[in-house]
Amino acid sequence: MRTGADDFGEPTAHTLILGIGNILWADEGFGVRVVEEIHRRFSLPAGVSVMDGGTQGLYLVQYVKAVRRLLVFDAIDYGAEPGTLRVVRDGEVPTFMGCRKLSLHQTGFQDVLAAASLLGGGPESAALVGVQAERLDDWGGSLTETVRGRIEPAIGLGLEILREWGVEAIPRQAADGEGLLLGHDIDLAGYERRPILAERR
Amino acid sequence: MTIQTPNGFKLDSAGRRVVVDPVTRIEGHLRLEVNLDDRNVIRNAVSTGTMWRGIELILKDRDPRDAWAFVQRICGVCTGTHALTSVRAVEDALAIKIPENANSIRNIMQLALQVHDHLVHFYHLHALDWVDVVSALSADPKETSVLAQSISSWPLASAGYFRDLQQRLKSFVSSGQLGPFKNGYWGHPAYKLPPEANLLAVAHYLEALDFQKDIVKIHAVFGGKNPHPNWLVGGVPCAINLDGTGAVGAINMERLNLVSSIIDRCIEFTEKVYIPDLMAIASFYKDWLHGGGLSSRSVLSYGDIPEQANDYSAKNLLLPQGAIIDGKLAEVHAVDVRNPQEIQEFVTHSWYKYPDETKGLHPWEGVTEANFVMGPNFKGAKTKIESLDEGGKYSYLKAPRWKGHAMEVGPLARWIIGYAQNKPEFKEPVEATLKALDVPVTALFSTLGRTAARGLECQWAARKMKYFFDKLVANLKSGDLATANTGKWDPSSWPSDVKGVGFTEAPRGALGHWIHITQGRLANYQCIVPTTWNGSPRDPDGNIGAFEASLLDTPLADPHKPLEILRTIHSFDPCLACSTHVMSPDGETTRVTVR
Repeated sequence: MRTGADDFGEPTAHTLILGIGNILWADEGFGVRVVEEIHRRFSLPAGVSVMDGGTQGLYLVQYVKAVRRLLVFDAIDYGAEPGTLRVVRDGEVPTFMGCRKLSLHQTGFQDVLAAASLLGGGPESAALVGVQAERLDDWGGSLTETVRGRIEPAIGLGLEILREWGVEAIPRQAADGEGLLLGHDIDLAGYERRPILAERR
Repeated sequence: MTIQTPNGFKLDSAGRRVVVDPVTRIEGHLRLEVNLDDRNVIRNAVSTGTMWRGIELILKDRDPRDAWAFVQRICGVCTGTHALTSVRAVEDALAIKIPENANSIRNIMQLALQVHDHLVHFYHLHALDWVDVVSALSADPKETSVLAQSISSWPLASAGYFRDLQQRLKSFVSSGQLGPFKNGYWGHPAYKLPPEANLLAVAHYLEALDFQKDIVKIHAVFGGKNPHPNWLVGGVPCAINLDGTGAVGAINMERLNLVSSIIDRCIEFTEKVYIPDLMAIASFYKDWLHGGGLSSRSVLSYGDIPEQANDYSAKNLLLPQGAIIDGKLAEVHAVDVRNPQEIQEFVTHSWYKYPDETKGLHPWEGVTEANFVMGPNFKGAKTKIESLDEGGKYSYLKAPRWKGHAMEVGPLARWIIGYAQNKPEFKEPVEATLKALDVPVTALFSTLGRTAARGLECQWAARKMKYFFDKLVANLKSGDLATANTGKWDPSSWPSDVKGVGFTEAPRGALGHWIHITQGRLANYQCIVPTTWNGSPRDPDGNIGAFEASLLDTPLADPHKPLEILRTIHSFDPCLACSTHVMSPDGETTRVTVR
C-alpha cells in the first residue's frame, strides 16, 4: 500500500513510514528520498505503509491519527555537523520537530502530532530519524553529497526500529511490478537527470 | 514625511518600525515591516517574500508532460491547482482538446480543492485570529448549546457534547502540549467573542479537522491516490466503467456514489457549520472593518470552472473573469492573459535583474536572475536583516501589474467582480450577508469581507461540485465514457516552437503558468501565483501591493502582539512557498515571532 490509504483515500495502516520535506529544496528532500528508496528496495507486510508526505503539513493528520506506530524521516536543524543522523523516540519527537525550523512544514508536523492527539488518536510509538541538513538555498538542486550519503545509514536505523516493532522489511525481487513511489520524473534519478540541449539536437 | 502613492494611499515612514516575521501558519516565509505613528496606527507597510522563486530553473529542458508533477511540489496547499494550471498550459500550447468528462472531473477536483482549502483556512489557519481558545475553557457548556442551536440545526449541539469537548481541551492544554494553539495572543483585547462562542468555534475547529479528510477522498478517487494525486495532459488519468465492480481498476458506480455522498456532506457542513459560524463570529466584529486595502479599488480574476470543455473565454467560466480599476464597479474590464501589454512583472524593488528595470516583462518573456542587493537605508547584514529599505530592492517577489495597476486577487476579488457584473449567484448571497449583518456594502471591502467572501465561495463551490457531478453522470449514462485525448501524446506530433498559457482561480486567487516549448522540451516556464499579486512589493511608479495597502490605517492595541496585522494578512490566505524559496535559516530577524 504505497499511499497508506485504500482506493477511496481511507487510512488503513497500523504502521506508517513517512517521509516529509520538499524535494525541490536540496537537503529538505531527505525524508522523501529515504522513503522512496525504502519503497524501491523493500516490500512491507500488510498494514505497513510507506508515504511520501511532501509538505502536506496538517493534511497528514488523518494518516498520523489512524496508526499505532509512526516512523518519520526528515531533515532537521539540530545545530549539529551537516550529515549528523539522530534518532529520537516517542515523547521527544514533537520537541525535535519543533527545533529551529528549516521550513515551516516542520512547525506544521509538530502541529500534526498535537492535532492527532486532540482528535483522540495518534501513534502509541513514534520515532524520528533526522539528518542535519548541509544546504537548503539551492532551489531546484538535489541532496548534497553529505546528506545523500546518509540515506543508507538512515534506512538501516529505520529498519532496526521497524524490527523492534515486529515489522520485517523484505528485500524486493527485481521487477516485481511495483512502480516508483514518486513517478513522472520526480524520482531521485529522474530529478537529477538534467536534460541538456545537446541531447535533443 | 508623507508620500502619496499613485494608487491612492498615504505613506508615512517617520514613526517606529515594527517587524513581523514570519506570518504564515503553514508553508512559506513572509515578512512585514510597518511604521506606527504615536497612536500605534500603521502609516507605512512593507511586504517581503524572504525566499527565492525559481521554478523556471527546475523545469528547463524537462518533458512538458511531466511538468505538473514538479509544480505540484511547489506548495503544500495548492498542489492540485498548480498541476491543473500546468496541464492546461501544455494543452493550450499543443492545441489539445480534452473530453467533456475530463472537464467535469477536473472541475469537481478543483472545486473540492476550493472547499477543502477554504474550510481548512477558515478553521485552522484564520479562526484563531478571531477566536480565543483559552477563553473557551471558561465557557458554560449549557449556554454554548443554546447558542449553537440558535444559529444552526447541526446535530452536534448538546450541552453534554460541549462539556466533553471542553474537558478534552482542558486536559490537552494542561498537559502543556498546546500544539496548534501555541503562540496565540490569548487574552488580547482585540478578541471580542464571549467564551461560549469561542467554545463553539473550537468544537467546530476539531470537527472540520476530522471532516477535511473526507473531502480529499474525491482526489483519491479521480487522481488515483492522495496526497499528490495524478494528473494527465489531455484529460484525467482515470478510466470509467459504470458497470465495473470492486475497488481497483476503472471508476465504477460504487466509487461515483462515494464521491456523491462526500459532495452532499460538503454542502451540509458548509451550510450548517461554516456559514453559521462565520456569521456568528462576524456579528461580534462589525466594528472592525479595517484591512480593505486595494479591494475597493483594483481587483483581478482570470476566471475558472469552464462550463464546456476547452473554452476558457469569460462567458464560459462560472467563476467570473475580469478586472476592476480605481473602484469603478460599473466597468468590469476584459482580461487577456496573452496580451503582452496587460500582465507584466516588474523588478525595480525585487531581488532580480532585468536589462531595463523601468519596464515590465510579460511572463512569456520573463527572466529570473537573482540580484540580492539592498537600498541605502537598509539596516543590518544581508544574513541578518534588521530593517529593509523599501526605496531599494526589498523582496524576492516580483511585482506583477495589470495594465500598470497593482491588483488584489482571491475570493473577495472574484466576488466583487461577480457582484459588479450583476451575476445573481454572486450578488444575491453578498446582499443577503450584508443584510443579515446589518452592514453597508462598503463593509465588503475589509478583512472581514475577505473572510466572508471565502465562506460564500466555499458554499458556492460545494453546490457547483454537485452540479458537475450530475453533469458527469448524465454524460456517462448517455454512453460517452471518454476521459482522455491521447492523440497528441507523442512529442513527434508537436510543433517545434510553441507557447502556451494555463490559468486557474486557486483558492487564494488568480494563478497563471506561461510556458514555451521547443523541440519537445520546456524552454521557459514562468508562474505568477496569487501571493505574488497580493504580496507584491512596490513598482517603478511607487504603487503599493495588496498586503501593504491592506495594513494602512489599522490601529494596533499592542505593537508587541500584532494580532491585527495577522488577522488581515491571514485573510488573504497567503502561501509564500509558492512564490519563493527559503533564503537562509539565518536570514531573518525576528522581532515579533508569530505563526
